[in-house]
Amino acid sequence: MAEGQASGYPPELKKFIRAVEKTRPERLARVKANQHFPRLTREEGEKVLKSYHPDYRPGGRRRLKVGANKGEILADEVADLLESYSRIDPDAFDDRLKKPDYETDVLILGGGGAGAVAALFARQNGLRVVIATKLRHGDSNTIMAEGGIQAADRPADSPYYHYLDTMGGGHFTNNPRLVKALTMDAPLIIQWLEDLGVMFDKDNEGNMIELKGGGICRRRMHSSADMIGAEIMRVQRDEIRNHPEEIQVLEFSPAVELLIDETKAVSGAVLYNLETSEYSVVKAKAVIMATGGFGRLHIQGFPTTNHYGATGDGLALAYRAGVPLVNMRYAQYHPTGTVFPEQNFGLLITEKVRTLGAQFINAHGREFAHPLEPRDIASSCIIRECTEKNSGVVAPTGHYGVWLDTPMIDLLRGKGTVEKELSAKYLQFKRYGIDISTEPIIVYPTLHYQNGGLEIDEWGATRISGLFAAGEVTGGIHGDNRLMGNSLLDIHVFGRRVGVKVSEFIKAVKKGNRLSLGHVRSYHAGLIKTGVKTKRVAPILLPDYVRRSAPVYPHKS
Amino acid sequence: MATKARGKASGKKSSETRMIPIYIMGKKYEVPETLTILTAMEYAGYRHIRGCGCRGGICGACATVYRLSGDHRLKFGLACQTVVAPDMYLAQIPFVPANKAIYDIEKLTPDINGIGRIYPDLYRCLACNTCSKACPMGISVMDYVQALLKGDIAGCARLSHSCTMCGICALRCPAELQQFHMAMLARRLYGRYLQPRARHLEQRVKQIKEGKFDSMMDEIMSLSNDELKQRYARREWEPESYENPDWQPEETKYLILD
Repeated sequence: MAEGQASGYPPELKKFIRAVEKTRPERLARVKANQHFPRLTREEGEKVLKSYHPDYRPGGRRRLKVGANKGEILADEVADLLESYSRIDPDAFDDRLKKPDYETDVLILGGGGAGAVAALFARQNGLRVVIATKLRHGDSNTIMAEGGIQAADRPADSPYYHYLDTMGGGHFTNNPRLVKALTMDAPLIIQWLEDLGVMFDKDNEGNMIELKGGGICRRRMHSSADMIGAEIMRVQRDEIRNHPEEIQVLEFSPAVELLIDETKAVSGAVLYNLETSEYSVVKAKAVIMATGGFGRLHIQGFPTTNHYGATGDGLALAYRAGVPLVNMRYAQYHPTGTVFPEQNFGLLITEKVRTLGAQFINAHGREFAHPLEPRDIASSCIIRECTEKNSGVVAPTGHYGVWLDTPMIDLLRGKGTVEKELSAKYLQFKRYGIDISTEPIIVYPTLHYQNGGLEIDEWGATRISGLFAAGEVTGGIHGDNRLMGNSLLDIHVFGRRVGVKVSEFIKAVKKGNRLSLGHVRSYHAGLIKTGVKTKRVAPILLPDYVRRSAPVYPHKS
Repeated sequence: MATKARGKASGKKSSETRMIPIYIMGKKYEVPETLTILTAMEYAGYRHIRGCGCRGGICGACATVYRLSGDHRLKFGLACQTVVAPDMYLAQIPFVPANKAIYDIEKLTPDINGIGRIYPDLYRCLACNTCSKACPMGISVMDYVQALLKGDIAGCARLSHSCTMCGICALRCPAELQQFHMAMLARRLYGRYLQPRARHLEQRVKQIKEGKFDSMMDEIMSLSNDELKQRYARREWEPESYENPDWQPEETKYLILD
């Protein structure tokens, strides 16, 4: 292991920690007596959201001038992405399109969880698959999921409550049909993962050890220590590589444009080899968009928990082809991003830390919010504490946040719980000399999830024939705010559903033969006509961090 | 992209943070001492294509080799988790070639013979512990290989659970084992065959397939928005498990307790 970097908290922060330690015995006694910080009512929650949530406040947004969502007000960073030109000149590709480099049944764009699940189910239904992925196979937000995956499989729970929690968490803006699919398919998916050999946390009888998450009324979270996403992703990658004849994986090959045939159906894509700068043309009977989210756009200047590749590519490509976006107004700022040490700045502290018993504590040692409010409300409460109430803790870097009192966990659940249940987090801090089982963590909201995205039906079909979508790139499942454990679930439920549906589609629908980039020409014409003057191109592919000394800082003014 | 905020952060840093020399692929650069190898390379002007993934210590994309001045030992780390040090000489490993065996998990049995057939290099382990010393996740790689040799698949699975599959163990192994692939197989065999199956899950899948929740879902989907909001506000909360593991809800209308 790397050595020589374990410096721990500096003295000025240790002084602050004493205020947290002082109130801890009393807080512990209260939790043991089942007396918790009161949850906000729906009205109180809405009030704090409207005043402090970054996306509910004015500013940072503008009216979109082109495409299916024209007139809608979106974050500047998203509008920039959509109001941009193609990376390629459509006219230069006319000849290339006549001789595709690859031909396949299904082309899947994105090699994270949604793409992997779709590939495995498409193969099972007899299809040949090409997965094109921007980075390494499996590099995605899926691999970074820490806390858990939801499924109502205990006798005291049912899909009814899972549905209710999900709708409420999303402020009732979710698409009910998608939520029904999500909650009813959930147990099926957990069983499929069990069959694949995913290591879940279980007791000696095989019962899943399940925990709660924010806004969830029953224990429903299935986990694998604090790295369920990495565990699932490496199993799925392993399984995909057991079928090299049927599933071909093209790494470092992001799509830069979709291709549409003379029947107006999506029939392939242009890929770009990041290492050789060459383009290739893939012809496919159907395309599944599984490119993930947009955290690396750093909406409103926030740091992000997201993977290096999360630049919202699929939004730009599918929007250009005519797919509308839904629920794009509010992004998810995860309440607990790391503030200190700065090497981990913006990185996720899983919600599981709070489900296990950690509390939100301000600079004066006082608890100020229920640890398991829905994420948008919890984030707003933290921002209020640091701004209006001026009760934040300031790190040596100048960044502020609040305490997440992790030592509560071992005190509540027994010594060693943190090291066992949060092994990855424990190690991540230990590298910098901080023992999170005895010292609290400083946290502040960090950009975590896209929430909205491409409009789909309950089988992952978009409005454009031949184009399906699954995972974070889609919208409607989570409404305006996603609950913990529902994204790892949604990539599976809808990955499976598109994998199945795409095979029915291919059998039933006769498609054209001539590939074209006509829709890109039209989109360019639309940009010019509406007076969007820009040199921006999309997709961005990789974020630009060259010659920056630090990650992005929150909206502090 | 909030360049203003960034500019501010950078400006502040340059006045307060000490700059140190590091060597990237042989070239010297001055970088702030608080950066990780990953961000220091970006600071120096490198744009990552390979060698960068989650930036949070879990994906294994940014395996890095380095030496410190005056120290004969070759060191390893994840670039996103290792802080730069003065006179660090570093090189990124773009990729560790390894052969993943192809198998049908449904046709395997969870025993040493199965794994030994698929990865015969397992038997070449010299027990030299070079692998463990190199692991950036602090995994006792040699111990899990030895567990496998003893037929203890569950032990191997548990010991290797936080593996990022970065491949440094295989890169360092003098006997040329591909440890991280063996561990992958062990974990799958453990999850598939050795951990007991979740009966409550099996039961729930059966209930769903039999349509036992259909009427509840029909009911909730037919509610007006106001009624739905009321039910949401009124829903019963299960206490956390350390309070009462045997809790039973009062409302059982939407459960199937058989």
